[in-house]
Amino acid sequence: MPQEVLAELIGVHKHYAKTVALAGLDLTVHRGELLALLGPNGAGKSTAISILLGLQNPTRGTANLFGVSPQLVRARRHIGVMMQEVVLPAMLKVRELIELVSSYYSEPLPLDQVIELTGISRIAQRHYGKLSGGQKRQAQFALAVCGRPELLFLDEPTVGLDIDARTAMWRTVRELMAQKCSVVLTTHYLEEAEALADRVAVLAKGRLVASGSMREILAFVDRRSIRCVSRLTATEVSSWDYVQSALLEDGQLCIITTHADHILRRMMMADESMHDVEVRRAGLAEAFAHLTQEGDE
Amino acid sequence: MSVEGESMPASRLVGAYLTEAKLESTRLLRTPAFVVPTLLFPLLFYALFGLVIFSRSGDPVAAAILFTNYCAFGAMAPGIFGFGITLAMEREQGVLLLKRALPMPPGAHLIAKMLMAALFVAIVVASLCAAGIIFGHVQLRTSQYLAIALTSVFGVLPFCAIGFLIGTLATGQSAPAIANLVYLPMSFLSGIWVPLSVLPNALQSVAPIWPTYHLIHLMRGVADLPHSGSVMTHFIVLLGVTVGFTLFAIRRLARAG
Repeated sequence: MPQEVLAELIGVHKHYAKTVALAGLDLTVHRGELLALLGPNGAGKSTAISILLGLQNPTRGTANLFGVSPQLVRARRHIGVMMQEVVLPAMLKVRELIELVSSYYSEPLPLDQVIELTGISRIAQRHYGKLSGGQKRQAQFALAVCGRPELLFLDEPTVGLDIDARTAMWRTVRELMAQKCSVVLTTHYLEEAEALADRVAVLAKGRLVASGSMREILAFVDRRSIRCVSRLTATEVSSWDYVQSALLEDGQLCIITTHADHILRRMMMADESMHDVEVRRAGLAEAFAHLTQEGDE
Repeated sequence: MSVEGESMPASRLVGAYLTEAKLESTRLLRTPAFVVPTLLFPLLFYALFGLVIFSRSGDPVAAAILFTNYCAFGAMAPGIFGFGITLAMEREQGVLLLKRALPMPPGAHLIAKMLMAALFVAIVVASLCAAGIIFGHVQLRTSQYLAIALTSVFGVLPFCAIGFLIGTLATGQSAPAIANLVYLPMSFLSGIWVPLSVLPNALQSVAPIWPTYHLIHLMRGVADLPHSGSVMTHFIVLLGVTVGFTLFAIRRLARAG
């Protein structure tokens, strides 16, 4: 059965006066999945999101949200949004802000249920202006989910949150996904994407440079990192074949390579005293750096 | 899936506009920096200029004219400041963007600001009526009070439109200064604080360019007090200011966001 498409960009170009923000981007969000949108600053993530939210028109190409233009209010009644750097009215209580945003939707969650789901009972009666940075993010998250969205846009949702609050927010996101809510997540915390995402789309220079399941993305950039204490110098090792990079960090030699077995054998032959060896699959951070570099070339 | 043809029940749609208006008013009523100048200044200025200085003449027509002047003064600030500065701040702080991404019904935040301004003007005019009757020797019939009060609330519209345009042009930081640059000269030059007759001839002759001038004479006209020009002309000018500034502001908002 084909997967149900909730939102899509088809061949979207966005040009500003002097810059090209998007250069033919195709992007699809399916029901029930969490799509993590990754890429360095200026890759076009924000532009892509703002076109999907109907805030901007594409210069060329098509944007669909629930089968119609995102500019139509009836399409947006199915989404929830959490943006970065929004300053909400300081003199309204969190509860009142939820009441306001809930009023925009046909069948919002009951107020008390929103407060319970997002764990904000302690701040619900407080004025928004009196909250800490982390509490403000929690309140904004409550606003994003109060309308029973089928598709949730979360832009850097956990910036400024302590570990407990972050874990709690992740738990709520998973609960919503269990109820078939889809999520588009942009984040700088790669572990957040690794923890939550079903699918990853990597953008660089306004294009999609890689897209697939988290495992596919990691396999695509199948790299291992080797750490050890060795007499060999970083300069020496970095001249070897299959070595992507070699650095000395805190007295340890750190190597990123596509052929870990080969490199380990060669190192052991060159330096018998080599010890404290640690080999692991490169994480999303390394994969990500590699993919966006290729986008540059 | 498609949402073709889906719509929200009318009762919920009306509810969304009303909730927006209720909370816009609530938050400004909780903001002393807005409440004090908007609600108290017209009353204080009326007490100072209207009651203390000018009422000694004992002329009931002069007392009634002063009263209408300060009602017109009270109709200005909620629109120019309440609409203009809050809109400029919301544009700057991303609230407007968030509301546009959310399914806020079209124009709900703008209609909310207009209703908020009307509510504030109603409060100001009620307080001025009380002061005029108790201390100001104002002797008007109930129908005249009502005519002035209703005109004041209608009079909020052109100033909302001016505030709307300021809100789309200014940054959050510059909006208060720009609003004051409009508000203070307009009050003075349309003859609210001092009679036009004491101003230089050149300033007297350009008084009709200020919307406040037309509001004052519209109020006097509908309340059967001495006025210049025809009531219909003043009404049309104010309507024109409202429509013109609103269209300009909408265009500007669509372009600049």
